[in-house]
Amino acid sequence: MYRRYSPLSIWREMDRLQREMDRLFDEFAPRRLRTAPGFPAMNVWADEESVIVTAELPGLDSKDIQLDVLDGTLTLRGERKPDELPEGARFHRQERGYGKFARTLELPFKVDVDKVKATFKNGVLQVTLPRAAEDRPKKIAIKVA
Amino acid sequence: MAESKAMEVRKEEMLPEQSERTRETRCFIPRSDVYETADEIVVVMDIPGVEQDQIDISLEKNILTINAYCDPQGPDGYSLAFAEYEVGDYERSFRLSDQIDRDKIQAEYKNGVLRLILPKAAEARKRKIEVKVK
Repeated sequence: MYRRYSPLSIWREMDRLQREMDRLFDEFAPRRLRTAPGFPAMNVWADEESVIVTAELPGLDSKDIQLDVLDGTLTLRGERKPDELPEGARFHRQERGYGKFARTLELPFKVDVDKVKATFKNGVLQVTLPRAAEDRPKKIAIKVA
Repeated sequence: MAESKAMEVRKEEMLPEQSERTRETRCFIPRSDVYETADEIVVVMDIPGVEQDQIDISLEKNILTINAYCDPQGPDGYSLAFAEYEVGDYERSFRLSDQIDRDKIQAEYKNGVLRLILPKAAEARKRKIEVKVK
């Protein structure tokens, strides 16, 4: 069908095309890196019964990290403190940031809160969140008639 | 929530250089602080995920090079569902201006942060020239 475009609708059409292209790329490469909406960036690993959330938090101590799990959300809070500099120190370069941070991640299922495990090693936090038993899909055996 | 602007999320990837890497993993430039006191130069570097024995530090002439190798393997049996950061090696070099006492270089590694203490050589410390005002 032939449609006439006013100049405005051409832009709308281009926006639509852009969205369509983004969607296509997402479908073909779902492992494409997303931009983290806050600090820290998180990776989520999944198998059938649990998810593992990892985050890089260099320079923090395990006691500086606060984790909260509520049903289907994981909240990570913490603070990275600046180095204590000796008197008279002069910076040549300062690239490492510091400050308070908090991020909440929505999980794909209800979590068994008592079985959540977290480790912190070499500045990498790893949280294992098992799926709650009542939330697991019921397996149905197929009988041969 | 208060969050400093410097706490950026994305890691910077190394640009291809003249020499090629033999490992296939990605390589990042670690974020670093460098500061100087009267007696030493301190380099602080974020290299999360690296084991202590996977860090190489070398000082050739006045070029300090730090190489850290990281296994990009994820948890066993899990597939990556959602990714916001990538894991890889780290490499960075600094050209040091002052003479460094090579035998007294100290390195500490804790919670993904490498701290290098490079003491200035005695003659470099002495080399300060006082300007007298007449």
